[in-house]
Amino acid sequence: MRGRRPGAAVVPLFASLGFLFLLVPVAYTVLFSFNDGGKTNLAWHGFTLAAWRNPCGAPRVCSALVGSLQVGVVSTLLATALGTLLAVGLTRARFRGRAAVNLLVFLPMATPEVVLGAALLSQMLALRLPLGFGTVVVAHVMFCLSFVVVAVKARVATLDPALEQAAADLYASPWQAFWRVTFPLLLPGIGAAALLAFSLSFDDFIVTSFTSGSFTTFPEFVYVSATRGIPPQANVISSTMFVLALLVVVLVRLVARARRDR
Amino acid sequence: MSVLAALGTTDRGADGAAPRPGAGAPTGRGGRRLLVPGLLYLVAFFVVPVATLLATSLYAPVPGGELGAYAPALRWANYTEALAQFWPQLARSFAFAAAATVVTLLVGYPMAYAIAVRARGRPGLQGVLVVLVVAPFFTSFILRTIAWKQLLADDGAVVGVLRWVHVLPPDGRVNATAAAVVVGLTYSFLPFMVLPLFASLERLDPRLLEAGADLYASPLTAFRRVTLPLSMPGVVAGTLLTFIPAVGDYVNSSLLGNNTTTVMIGQVIDLRFFRVLDYPTAAVLSVVLMVSVLALVTAYVRRAGTEELL
Repeated sequence: MRGRRPGAAVVPLFASLGFLFLLVPVAYTVLFSFNDGGKTNLAWHGFTLAAWRNPCGAPRVCSALVGSLQVGVVSTLLATALGTLLAVGLTRARFRGRAAVNLLVFLPMATPEVVLGAALLSQMLALRLPLGFGTVVVAHVMFCLSFVVVAVKARVATLDPALEQAAADLYASPWQAFWRVTFPLLLPGIGAAALLAFSLSFDDFIVTSFTSGSFTTFPEFVYVSATRGIPPQANVISSTMFVLALLVVVLVRLVARARRDR
Repeated sequence: MSVLAALGTTDRGADGAAPRPGAGAPTGRGGRRLLVPGLLYLVAFFVVPVATLLATSLYAPVPGGELGAYAPALRWANYTEALAQFWPQLARSFAFAAAATVVTLLVGYPMAYAIAVRARGRPGLQGVLVVLVVAPFFTSFILRTIAWKQLLADDGAVVGVLRWVHVLPPDGRVNATAAAVVVGLTYSFLPFMVLPLFASLERLDPRLLEAGADLYASPLTAFRRVTLPLSMPGVVAGTLLTFIPAVGDYVNSSLLGNNTTTVMIGQVIDLRFFRVLDYPTAAVLSVVLMVSVLALVTAYVRRAGTEELL
């Protein structure tokens, strides 16, 4: 073994600074959910649990949250279903035009959100569609779809095609082989894709602001409140979502580890 | 590792299983039918909207019509007029996004290196660090950006320290400057840089570095000749995942910037659409943004020789 180089501490030092940079605003957001700063919540005025005791105490904050949850759940279900079919189809089928299909799936990810929003709004204006919950879901499914495809495709690539052939040898129909063999094996990938789709949808602001009309999601509520001051209830809701998401991630990791060790 | 898989930067599954040779080989006729619903959806809500955007970019105002009344036309002057008026904001968006991407790479590389190489063999620690990288995604993007606005406020601690060490003049400020917008963009997309970098550094075989050391390469040379080239797929993926959202972003420039010297193109598009009801100009700027981003991405990926990433 060689001795530790004098420069060995540089990487951990810079990395720690990077983590600090990444996490300070998160800590700030959680801290200010306990602030006794009234409605504007700009400067620290002392500790209180008032906002935590009354998380819907600010006007419209909970209706915006419910709106975001509804959009998130519906968009996630649709995008995950469509994206899984695309991912399985793309890895299975060999046909001319595959490259074009791959490109079509990739393009929405390579397009800035503001362009996606402007394009969808142009279409909705041309069709005279009323903007609201439905148009937001249509938009969210569109931009989540590509991410679902990429996530599920990574999982499909790990499957052993011999398994499905074995099912066929045992007289399973292709339909049965898919549902009894392939689908259960894809489930972790599909679950990960669904979580990703939900987090993309739940936190989206730019595409939503183009397609929502008078319908309000949680990020829109926060953005619009920013000029007047954001009520601490928004921090309470965001902190709660943070803890819930952390719990989900920890749970998923524990389950994955338990499975691997079995 | 699911997020990594989702970002398309690793060919491993959600539980880290390596891909099998022959996986996904054609096993049935059903493959093509599975594509139909998703493709129809993408055509209806991506291809058609983009085509509508192109058409809208050439619309002409209805003579004597009210505000926001436009008719289908082929008014190419929309392009020259919009670019003549808004090229500074367009150029600024590319400059800010490029600066933010470079800073993000410089901040993100040591983080990814620490997780992948320094914490190698300690899966528990690696897991915790990866969760810390994605943790910001679990709180609201807008709230975190506003947190920066408060942290960088003129009477805040950050500005106080910068003034005290004379980085800033006594009345200098951070908010409402280009630096604040670039810091905000860097912050917003840092996890998108760290995750793909981590994925490519994790696959690096440590024996290669030992071989380098055995051949009398200094640690710095080994890094430059072995680690860095092998992490290029991560660098390319990370820079794309940072640059693309950054160039169209207007949350950072409107919350952390001011309204004259830091306006980015996304803000202009938003404003033209919703305040001025000038749909053709908004559409022109969107089309120009999309085409230039795609051209840049294609050229960059070709040059870096990592087409297989797409």
